[in-house]
Amino acid sequence: MTGLSREPFRSVTSAVVPFPRNDIDTDQIIPARFLKTVNRAGLGEQLFFDWRYLPDGTPNSDFILNQPSMAGRAVLLAGDNFGCGSSREHAPWALMAWGIRAVVSSSFADIFRNNALKNGLLPIAVAPEVLDRLFALVETDPATSITLDLEAQELRLPDGEAIGFEVDSFARRMILDGTDELGYLLNLEPQIAAYEASHPARVDTLHA
Amino acid sequence: MSTPNPTSQRPRTIVEKIWDDHVVAPGTDGAPDVLGIDLHLVHEVTSPQAFDGLRERGLRVRRPGQTVATVDHSIPTTDRSLPIVDEIAAKQVSRLEENCREFGIPLHGIGSPHQGIVHVIGPELGLTQPGMTIVCGDSHTATHGAFGALAFGIGTTEVEHVLATQSLLQRRPKTFEVRVDGQLHPGVTAKDIILSLLSRIGIGGGTGHVFEYRGTAIRAVGMEGRMTICNMSIEGGARAGLVAPDDVTFEYLAGRPHAPQGADWEAAVAAWRRLPTDDGATYDRSIAFDAGELTPMVTYGTNPGMGFPITERIPDPARLADANQRDSLSAALEYMALTPGEPILGKAIDVVFVGSCTNSRISDLREAARMIRGRHVADSVRMMVVPGSTEVKRQAESEGLAQVFRDAGAEWREAGCSMCIAMNGDQLQPGQYSVSTSNRNFEGRQGKGGRTFLASPLTAVASAVTGRLSDPRALL
Repeated sequence: MTGLSREPFRSVTSAVVPFPRNDIDTDQIIPARFLKTVNRAGLGEQLFFDWRYLPDGTPNSDFILNQPSMAGRAVLLAGDNFGCGSSREHAPWALMAWGIRAVVSSSFADIFRNNALKNGLLPIAVAPEVLDRLFALVETDPATSITLDLEAQELRLPDGEAIGFEVDSFARRMILDGTDELGYLLNLEPQIAAYEASHPARVDTLHA
Repeated sequence: MSTPNPTSQRPRTIVEKIWDDHVVAPGTDGAPDVLGIDLHLVHEVTSPQAFDGLRERGLRVRRPGQTVATVDHSIPTTDRSLPIVDEIAAKQVSRLEENCREFGIPLHGIGSPHQGIVHVIGPELGLTQPGMTIVCGDSHTATHGAFGALAFGIGTTEVEHVLATQSLLQRRPKTFEVRVDGQLHPGVTAKDIILSLLSRIGIGGGTGHVFEYRGTAIRAVGMEGRMTICNMSIEGGARAGLVAPDDVTFEYLAGRPHAPQGADWEAAVAAWRRLPTDDGATYDRSIAFDAGELTPMVTYGTNPGMGFPITERIPDPARLADANQRDSLSAALEYMALTPGEPILGKAIDVVFVGSCTNSRISDLREAARMIRGRHVADSVRMMVVPGSTEVKRQAESEGLAQVFRDAGAEWREAGCSMCIAMNGDQLQPGQYSVSTSNRNFEGRQGKGGRTFLASPLTAVASAVTGRLSDPRALL
C-alpha cells in the first residue's frame, strides 16, 4: 500500500498579503461555528470570517483580504506566533482554499505548523528582523513579489537577495515528491506489527 | 537522535521515558520517530474528513479497542430527549455515529451515561493512565497529562494516521520544567496557577516544548486541579504538559472501569512508580514561582497570556517598548472595550459560564456550589453551569449541587463543550462580557463580538452574585 499522491510542489512566487498582527489564532482564521462541516467545502469563503465581514454580512473594506489587489496572492506575511490555539486543520484548509500556498512569519504554533505541512501549505519561519524587513518592503511597494523556494530552502527578494530558511526535512521531502505521510507509515507495517507484539494494548475500549 | 531502548543509566525526564517506551521505528535519514499510540480519543468535529480518508484508501481502523469516541463540541446542552435543531450539527453527530458503526469504534453518544467532554470522560472511565501516549484531534488533549501520560492534540490528517496505523510521525519535543512550590492561599486555585504561568511566559512561551509541572503546589491541588493546569498547556504554546504520577494519581484511578485490576493493578503501579523524572535529569528550560505569592487571576485581553492578578489595573500600551506588543495590547483593549488604568475589579458583566474541559469536573462544581449556596445570581447576569460529563452531572445531582445552582438562579445544563467554543448555540451576544472558567478568550471565541474574562470557578461565582468582576476572597 502506498500513499496517495498529490502535485509535487517546489516553489511559489507571488506578491504578498501583509497582515502584521501577532498571535493570529485559529479561531480567527476560521471561527468555530464553521467546524460543523463534515467535508472541506466552502472553507475559503469562511477564512478570517469575523474580521472579513461586518455584522450585517457585507465585506469589511478595511480588512486586508477584501482589498481587490489581494486577489490571487499566494503568500501571507503575518506577525509572530501564527496559528496559535485550537488544533483545527480547517485553518490550513481554509487558507489554501482561498489560495494561500505559504505563510511567512517569525514563528508558528506547533500544531498549526504540522497541519500546514501535511497539506503542502508552507509555514516559513524567518528571523524577526527579516520579517520586519519584509513588511517594510511591502509597505514601500505593495506589489513586491517574493519567491519561496522549498527545494533550495530560500526566500528570494526581487533584487535577487536570497535568505535561507529551515523547514522540517521529512515534510520537505514529502511535499517536493508529492507523496503523503500515511503512505510512509503504512509501509512500516512490519515494524508496527513487531511493536504491537512487544507492547500489549494498555486498555481495551471495547470491553470494560 | 532517538534512543529507543537505552541501556545507559543517563538520568531521564518522564517525557523521555514515555517517548523511549513508545518508539515503533526510530527516525532515520531525516525522518521523525514513529511513535506508538496507546489511546485515541475521537469526537464529531475533527474526525469526519479522517474517516473519509480511510474509505478513499480502503483502510480499516487498526485498533478499535484503543479508540473511543464521544460527542461534545457541537451538541446542545438542553433537553437531550429532543432532536438536535441545528441541522448541520445534527448531520455531524449522525456522521460520527455512522463512522463508529462502520469502523467498529465504541461511541459514548447522546443518551449514553458515559457521554461527555472527551477530556473529562477519559480520566473518568480510567482509560487515561500513567505512562501512556494519548492523542485526540483537540488541542486540550494535554489534560490527560495530569496522570503522567504524554498526551497531545493532533490535526485531522494525523487523526487519520492514528486510525489507520495506531502510530504517528513525531519529532522529539524539548522539555520545560514548571516548578510551583509553596502553598496556595484560600480562594486561590489550580486555575490561578496556570493563568499565572501563562501571564509570565506568554501565549507562545512553550512552543516546541512539553511542560512538566512539578513542586509541592502541583502535588497539593489533587487530580482534578492537575487536569485544570495541564489542560491549558497549549495556551502557553506547549502541545503537552504533564505531572509525574504519585499516590494521589493511583488513588484516583483505582477501581475505575478501565483501570487494571488485581495483580495487574499491582504490576501497573510498580511500573508507574518508575516513571517520574530521575534525579539529575535536565530540562531545556525551567521556570519556578511560589504558589503562596499568587492571588486570584483574571484575563483582560484577547489571549490567555494576557492575564494578571484581579486586583490590578488595565495596562497601558503606551508603556510598552516593543511596537508589536504595543499593537497587540491596543487591539486587545479596543476589542474588550477596556481603558488603560481602570481597575478590572467592579467591571459589570453579563454572563457567567462554569464549564469546559478546564473546569467542569465534580470538584469544580463542589467548589462553585459551596460559594453560591445561600446566595443568588445578580439580576443582570445569566449564569450557566455545564457539567463536563453526564456522569459528573449525575453525581452533582445526587450530591444536591444541581439544586444549589438552580436555587441560586443559575441554569443547570446537559454535558458538553457549550459556551467554551460556542458551536452549539450556547453563546454570547455581541458586546457582552462573560466571566468564564474555560480556556480561551480569543476574539469571538464565545460568540461573535463576545468578550471573555477567563478565571477560576470561585471568581466566576463571586462575579455572578455581585454582577461585577469580583475577588472571591471577599466571599469565602
